[in-house]
Amino acid sequence: MTMFTVLEGVAAPLLRENVDTDTVIRIERLVSLEKVDLGHWAFETLRYRKDGSDNPDFVLNQPRYRGARILLAGRNFGCGSSREGAVHAILGMGIRCVIAPSFGDIFFSNCFQNGVLPIVLPQAEIDKLAEEARESAAGGAFAVDLEAQEIRTPGQRTVSFATDPNRRRALLQGLDPIATTLQRDGDIESFQQRDRQARPWIYG
Amino acid sequence: MPGQSLFDKIWDAHVIADLGSGTSLLHIDRHIMHDLGGGRGLRRLSELGHKLRNPELIFATPDHAISTEPGRTSETTPLSSGYMKVLREETKKHGVRLFELGEDGQGIVHVVGPEMGISLPGVTLVCGDSHTCTHGAVGAMAWGIGSSELVHVLATQTMVQAKPKRMRVSFSGRMHDWVRSKDLILYLIGRLGAAAGSGSAVEYAGPAIRALSMEARLSLCNLSIEMGARFGMIAPDDTTFEYLAGRPFAPEGRMWDRAVSHWRTLPSDPDAVFDREESIEVDAIAPQITWGTSPQDVIAVDGIIPDPASAANPSRRHEMELAQRYMGIEPGRPIAGTPVDRVFIGSCTNSRIEDLRDAAAVARGRQVAKNVTAWVVPGSYIVKCQGEAEGLDAVFRAAGFEWREPGCSQCVAANGDVVPPGQRCVSTSNRNFAGRQGPGSRTHLASPAMAAAAAVAGAITDIRQLA
Ligand code: SF4
Repeated sequence: MTMFTVLEGVAAPLLRENVDTDTVIRIERLVSLEKVDLGHWAFETLRYRKDGSDNPDFVLNQPRYRGARILLAGRNFGCGSSREGAVHAILGMGIRCVIAPSFGDIFFSNCFQNGVLPIVLPQAEIDKLAEEARESAAGGAFAVDLEAQEIRTPGQRTVSFATDPNRRRALLQGLDPIATTLQRDGDIESFQQRDRQARPWIYG
Repeated sequence: MPGQSLFDKIWDAHVIADLGSGTSLLHIDRHIMHDLGGGRGLRRLSELGHKLRNPELIFATPDHAISTEPGRTSETTPLSSGYMKVLREETKKHGVRLFELGEDGQGIVHVVGPEMGISLPGVTLVCGDSHTCTHGAVGAMAWGIGSSELVHVLATQTMVQAKPKRMRVSFSGRMHDWVRSKDLILYLIGRLGAAAGSGSAVEYAGPAIRALSMEARLSLCNLSIEMGARFGMIAPDDTTFEYLAGRPFAPEGRMWDRAVSHWRTLPSDPDAVFDREESIEVDAIAPQITWGTSPQDVIAVDGIIPDPASAANPSRRHEMELAQRYMGIEPGRPIAGTPVDRVFIGSCTNSRIEDLRDAAAVARGRQVAKNVTAWVVPGSYIVKCQGEAEGLDAVFRAAGFEWREPGCSQCVAANGDVVPPGQRCVSTSNRNFAGRQGPGSRTHLASPAMAAAAAVAGAITDIRQLA
């Protein structure tokens, strides 16, 4: 797993609610048999006009937010399909951290698998962060510090956040989840042995 | 100590190790893979140098990428031929059971699991697809996973999982004519919102749920994820056991009896505690239809398209405006009467035999309206064969519907079956997201009977008013 310690960069506000993973990346881009630059196709329907040119109204197309590394998002971000390509797509755009009042549960888990940090903060706090992003020059420099579990803003504020301790440790150390679980192979084996007695129909 | 919920009981029975802070390592009893994720997942497993831990607990079948064109093969589209090649090679190499085209077990993963008796009460079941919550209807703890988690399951037969909050929705009262479980769940999502179940496992309970058939329960649990809930479930009862008895992978004989007596201990204790409780009177529910681009944008079919000006806050107002512009509809008008171009009856929500019987009852003796293209796509090979044995295919064909091969089809634009840009489709699937059925497609979600009514009327129609 990719390590995540301190991330510095511009934060872009995309405050729509219920942004689904179909909107983040369309299925045809994911299923293509050729290799596709998912970053290019992230938020395709919002980002490009019908003729393929950039839609200037889309926030991530505004010069100040190009190259944003942090996304300030609305409620239920990443709802819908389990497609992990949604995380690959935002990663491909350079985004390593998404801050939202709530997330689609599967998207939330998928983030951790790919070294992307999803942070849950109250709507009012995200609104304040978005305001700072809009008001500071070129989107402002934010720092997300996972060790300290705090966000430092261009306006010199510090906002703390919470992360699940296991997931935090995995990100900080760049642990491989499969290798970590396989250290417990003995436990898995003895569970299955016990369970075969208790629920033999499971194992056919 | 307070009583335990259905969810708690299944959770506790699967904990291999407590990892602290509410997270556990859980055993996974069943893993079903589809054509988009399965072959690639197995290939990734080998690339990472891991071995498949329990091939006997894994099942695979093509559904997402496979064409549903009549007479299809895996070569019908280049895409399906590519995915099938990998799926066949990898399942063979790893000794994973693959249900092939034209055999029992092929079909949409969430139709196949219960119908083959792979999904059983009390099991943990995962699949690389968000609608895995469907299988919760048999009293399982079933949830959708991402592709990295999928490889983790292949290598370890476990998942690291944070325990969700518990929520219960109790349904009581009697359903009116032409109201289906699809209407119940759409109504619930409309009331609570698309994020209400976020971070939660939802149990559906109450007399109105007990009265539902197994297939109706599966349709209901299917949309749990559209309420934001990774898990949706219903306690197993005699309806469940009758449905599962004799299915190919269900236990038999004395083992069946033993399993059933275990399953009878699973329902939530009377004093079980939930983090959130909701109750719904089903008498108040009319057939539902969505008007926007989220399943929460739903109204009764005899309702008026809502005015964004009535929204609680400016951001919601803006979203409603965007959704209505995308859908090409105007507020303040009745939604019934809106002309449609397409009707899709299928998907893991509503492609089981009862769904097809329901739609056929509407189609029988009627004709699909001019300018409407209407499809019926059975959810599985078994459903297709049964539909044909009952003559439903003939009813649909006579009415002008196309009867297709089993798969996900037009629910997801990943197999060549798409709704063209700008066209309006009444669909029995579960997602009306912008572009879900193809770029620029406009989707209205409804029950199979409502979809069939739209096909014959050529417009969104109140099934109760259909002449
Ligand atoms: S039918 Fe649709 S929602 Fe269901 S598994 Fe297939 S693509 Fe997903």
